[in-house]
Amino acid sequence: MVSKTPLLDELKKGPWPGFVQEYEKMAAKKEIARRMLNQLELSYRDKRTYWKHGGAVTVKGYGGGVIGRYSAIPEVGPPAGCHTFRVAQPAAWFYKTDALRTVCDVWEKYGSGLMNLHGSTGDIILLGAPSEVLQQCFDELSSKGFDLGGSGSDIRSLSCCMGPALCEWACFDTLDVYHTLTMEFQDWIHRPAFPYKFKIKISGCPNDCVAALARADFAIIGTWKDEIQIDQEAVREYAKAGMDIKAITERCPTKCMSWDGKELKINNEDCTRCMYCINKMPKALRPGKERGATILLGGKATILQSAMLGWVIVPFMKIEKPYTELIDLIKRIVTWWDENARTRERVAELIYRVGMRVFLKAVGLPPVPQMVFRPRNNPYYFWSPEELEEVK
Amino acid sequence: MPIMIGPPHYEQMLHPAIKKNYGKWLYHEHVKPGVIKHVSQTGDEVYTVRAAIPKIISVDFVRMLCDIADKYSDGYVKFTSRHAVEFIITDKKKIDPLIEELESKGMPVGGTGKSYKPIVHTIGWNHCHTSVIDAPGLAKAISDALFEYFKRNDLPAKLKIAIACCLNMCGAIHCSDIAIVGMHRKPPVVDDEIVSKFCEIPTTVASCPTLAIKPKVLPDGKRSVEINPERCMYCGNCYTVCPGLNIINPKYDCLSLWVGGKVPNARSPPMYSRLVIPYLPNNPPRWPETVEAIKKIVKAWIENAREDERIGEWIERIGWEKFFKITGIPFTDKHIDDFIFSIRDFRTTTQFKF
Repeated sequence: MVSKTPLLDELKKGPWPGFVQEYEKMAAKKEIARRMLNQLELSYRDKRTYWKHGGAVTVKGYGGGVIGRYSAIPEVGPPAGCHTFRVAQPAAWFYKTDALRTVCDVWEKYGSGLMNLHGSTGDIILLGAPSEVLQQCFDELSSKGFDLGGSGSDIRSLSCCMGPALCEWACFDTLDVYHTLTMEFQDWIHRPAFPYKFKIKISGCPNDCVAALARADFAIIGTWKDEIQIDQEAVREYAKAGMDIKAITERCPTKCMSWDGKELKINNEDCTRCMYCINKMPKALRPGKERGATILLGGKATILQSAMLGWVIVPFMKIEKPYTELIDLIKRIVTWWDENARTRERVAELIYRVGMRVFLKAVGLPPVPQMVFRPRNNPYYFWSPEELEEVK
Repeated sequence: MPIMIGPPHYEQMLHPAIKKNYGKWLYHEHVKPGVIKHVSQTGDEVYTVRAAIPKIISVDFVRMLCDIADKYSDGYVKFTSRHAVEFIITDKKKIDPLIEELESKGMPVGGTGKSYKPIVHTIGWNHCHTSVIDAPGLAKAISDALFEYFKRNDLPAKLKIAIACCLNMCGAIHCSDIAIVGMHRKPPVVDDEIVSKFCEIPTTVASCPTLAIKPKVLPDGKRSVEINPERCMYCGNCYTVCPGLNIINPKYDCLSLWVGGKVPNARSPPMYSRLVIPYLPNNPPRWPETVEAIKKIVKAWIENAREDERIGEWIERIGWEKFFKITGIPFTDKHIDDFIFSIRDFRTTTQFKF
């Protein structure tokens, strides 16, 4: 039995907040936390993980939300399973302290008392629950207002940026869309029924503060259709305060701006709404008034066919309660993917395999130039029999 | 037993000042590193104070955050998409005492504007069965080394680093300014006994991006797989689906370093991170070689980038050949893509620098 942690102790030094101290706090109170720490020290010594492959555990009624884990060295590490609860976070990670304390109290009662705020997908992560407490822990969390998030081949927990709660650039109500979609898709989140995982993320503007374009199969990113709102007096204030406005206009990707020392002009028809000028002069420039979102599909990590960034499938959609058009589109896409994908095939890979042509037809979206950087450069394109009939 | 209740509704979680000014914000300003002022149409001013926390925390730590939030921000607290904590302040006079209290409790305040942001990272040896490296430990080592940039606001642009403990690349790895990915360098070892008992052969065969796996029948009639070592590039995805294909091999496992990715659409479109160092030793608890390599790249970027240029934008402007020259990082055959999209990245022009 390891009782000293010389390697991990090295990580208690330095100015950045350390996690080893957090283990030690819980190790003093909880045997499972002490064993997790011991096992980690051995990993540092042997340069390898000591978690056994996989682990299928869950709670009654659900197929996802709990990540099963067993120690490969239970004589040193946790002996009776050491599982993770993914707990669904409130929109944009805003909390009243009472609610957070509730989670802490339940978690200290049943688990290791160690957690992450938050997992990359967004969930509250409760790290280290023995097998025998899973159901009671879930029951108590659930009776106190907290449900599980997603895992496995389901719709994963959604996440959204802080949007209109604290940001002047939000082009729609990201928090409300997050909550509405999460509630709409509860069954799809809790009961894995799909070929693989499917993630939805919501950003209020193209700054994309939740990295939806990179980390979500379905990204909803706020944008506008009309003119950037300019307060010329405020632009002059920035200039007076020493900002080089000319340099900003020169960095505009479409060069659609000009500044003559008195007035800032934007040719909005050529603006691609990259946010740069607005980011630089938040007091003077604001997104337009005709607001909505661009929908991008396909963001994912490496496995299997390389990492992909989401690409445009709907250049502009109004995002207004009760979000019928948005919900319908998600349902059409998920259903098509569910029926056509191979096992463990993300929606981007399905489209890569069958082509955008097939996808667009199946989900009823029109092809538009905004979907590509540039048209194809090879002549290998398909015609459907119906199209041949049309030109007869 | 209540079930399928979903997350708590956000309206219960919003500070009254945020509820009142919801959707009415006019502009924001950076007051100083870690502190942002938000001004509303109603004339209200709200400040947010951002602090770094460890990724793995105890319930005691969270209760401490709650106590601080009760004292300074009316019992409300929020977290960011890069896992920092933020306090919502309506009384300006509370900002400095709050910062003092946070820092005295080991939570540095910063990470706003053109600064080094908290690393987005995975769970590593703390909880994952396919992890090559320990992301939380490495994140701590890198963050200690880059600490000064967290508290400043004068980098060329934001600096976002991400770590994935294997090439499943959980998190924002493939589009970060700097990314570290745990890698294997040897094919998996096939344990026929375990494969025949616990693995679904077709799923295992289909899990390979390079078609290196095929089914085989053992003399006793049991089914397993064989791996063509020439085609295997050690991604480990077959181990993810089949416990009989152990790929973990501490003697050869390593780190790889990627640069130049970005997510926001400002100026240039989002970019993928690109491989710059194919091998760095897996050297806990401080990974000095990796930390040094990152410091070198960050230094070159600070010295050479123009205002507002993210690392990827800087490199695309000067050219990758010049990036390798400036940093002195050796270019190898590993850098030339040989997967299915390779041709897209070949230089189909005579435009280059010597």
